[in-house]
Amino acid sequence: MKQKFDIITSTCVPLPLENVDTDQIIPARFLKATTREESFFGENLFRDWRYHADGTLNKDFVLNDPAYGGEILVAGKNFGSGSSREHAAWAIAGYGFRVVISSFFADIHKNNELNNFVLPVVVSEDFLSELFASIKADPKMLVEVDLPHQTVTNKATGRSERFEINGYKKYCLMNALDDIDFLLENKDKIEAWEQQHA
Amino acid sequence: MANTLFDKIWDKHVVQYVEDGPQQLYIDRLYCHEVTSPQAFAGMRARGLKCFRPDHIYCMPDHNTPTHDQDKPIEDPVSKAQVDALAKNAADFGLTHFGMMNPKNGIIHVVGPERGLSLPGMTIVCGDSHTSTHGAVGAVAFGIGTSEVEMVMASQCILQQKPKSMRINIEGELGKGVTAKDVALYLMSQLTTSGATGYFVEYAGSVVRNLSMEGRLTLCNLSIEMGARGGFIAPDEVTFAYLKGREYAPKGEDWDKAVAYWKTLKSGDDAVFDKELTFQAADIEPRITYGTNPGMGIGVTEAVPSIDTIPEAGRASYLKSLDYMGFQPGEKLLGKPVDYVFLGACTNGRIEDFRAFASIAKGRKKAAHVVAWLVPGSWMVADQIKAEGLDKILEDAGFELRQPGCSACLAMNDDKIPAGKLAVSTSNRNFEGRQGPGARTVLASPLVAAAAAVTGVITDPRTLM
Repeated sequence: MKQKFDIITSTCVPLPLENVDTDQIIPARFLKATTREESFFGENLFRDWRYHADGTLNKDFVLNDPAYGGEILVAGKNFGSGSSREHAAWAIAGYGFRVVISSFFADIHKNNELNNFVLPVVVSEDFLSELFASIKADPKMLVEVDLPHQTVTNKATGRSERFEINGYKKYCLMNALDDIDFLLENKDKIEAWEQQHA
Repeated sequence: MANTLFDKIWDKHVVQYVEDGPQQLYIDRLYCHEVTSPQAFAGMRARGLKCFRPDHIYCMPDHNTPTHDQDKPIEDPVSKAQVDALAKNAADFGLTHFGMMNPKNGIIHVVGPERGLSLPGMTIVCGDSHTSTHGAVGAVAFGIGTSEVEMVMASQCILQQKPKSMRINIEGELGKGVTAKDVALYLMSQLTTSGATGYFVEYAGSVVRNLSMEGRLTLCNLSIEMGARGGFIAPDEVTFAYLKGREYAPKGEDWDKAVAYWKTLKSGDDAVFDKELTFQAADIEPRITYGTNPGMGIGVTEAVPSIDTIPEAGRASYLKSLDYMGFQPGEKLLGKPVDYVFLGACTNGRIEDFRAFASIAKGRKKAAHVVAWLVPGSWMVADQIKAEGLDKILEDAGFELRQPGCSACLAMNDDKIPAGKLAVSTSNRNFEGRQGPGARTVLASPLVAAAAAVTGVITDPRTLM
């Protein structure tokens, strides 16, 4: 949902697996909804990892471990690969995450997160592995994500890194504006392009 | 100037360059299916908007459609609601809709090219990562999210960072039993599922030039499985021969004008790509996957890689994957019993795929314990199967043809592989639970799938050719 983004300081949920695909984030059988209620998708985030086939809780999965929580999900590289389903971003937002930190994101999913006011933060492999180690050592450790200054800081070690985001998207996130607002203001340019290419 | 075909098509469609931001790209064609469009239509309603260019938008249900009794109401009420919602949304917004049982219905990525809706030089999007398929006709085609679908409905434009360009050359001649699917599976295993992320891929080289349009559609379809936003092939005589006379393709003088323009659509001899890779056809054999992402693949005769070949950071995922599949590091998969075989999907649901499958099935019988689902990608493909008499060959071998749709590729309809069962599938993803909760998927070509179906085990199709 549209919300202004500034600085977020939070504990993290670690998911040190690579190539987490959007079929895992939200399985296809939950894509039949015709509405966008994030709470529904949030309840089914990582459904088949959170629950056993018989419907009982998988206590080994990190979302079911009371030691971990917070607004930041930290995942292994190539997060969000596979299907373009935006439902994956809705599920992440609906669960309550506002930031996903990884060393690498799949393109479409990254856009989907941004379009849902979830910030994908790309860090170095080294920063990521240190962060996983910090969280393991102390699940209550904090990470600060500062969008205005484009920095991410591991509060346990004090290590900080700058992350990239284009100025337009940063402005949108900080002011809770979306791309459609922008496009609708530019209809004259679109019509001009059409006439030129008719 | 880079002078790649990707640059030519992309740059021509840029409406404006947003300062310190993305590019505003004009979209020639938006396809909508029932799964990723309802929230976009809802957003349009909430903003009180009409579609900016309704004649550029084509809708059809494919993910939820049952593959039997399509003339009757869908039994699953939730699937039915989603399919009905698309019909209503299309009617409310004045969009073309090919509903179930419409002879033009089928999987959106099969229908677009075969009806001549996807044409060279176009920009094409759909809320579906396999939109890359349409790149086979020489278009810049890519998958988008639902918010972006709404953007296109509202403005016929999308805001995107321009991807980098990559050329992949595949040289030589494909060996016996090696298909476009094997080429794609090979590329994924070489590049991994993230190796082309951030790039748009142009496929080139003698192997690509010699592929039929069906083969090209298969190759481009799988671009996303290497992480690429899209993949395409410069249009040539194969493309023009395929498109000529198709329902929505230009006709008469318009056709001649179009072809004259399409002939200019190629990368310059001096084109500079951000990355260029070359592979040899001789290194590619019929392939299968052993893990839970499409990059985890091997030649059909090869063994699953041992743990020491896997980088440290990837070992947890690798072991989780093999544990899910029930395979051991270092073991060969030839001879493993197969429970299900699935022929179809936007990857391999075209006429050539059914010809290939039938070529192995002819004069043989389906293994008794194998459940086989043969699902044409569209009604046009289904009709062609009958016209060529392939249905008789398949029926004589104990196979039954189903009705068109995405089917077991992602199991949103009733076609679910049961938990624990091993399926050889011609689809595009072997993710955990992709074909049904607990289902285990081995991705392969139609030839490998047919060989598994008639022998009941994972088999090198070359031994049956």
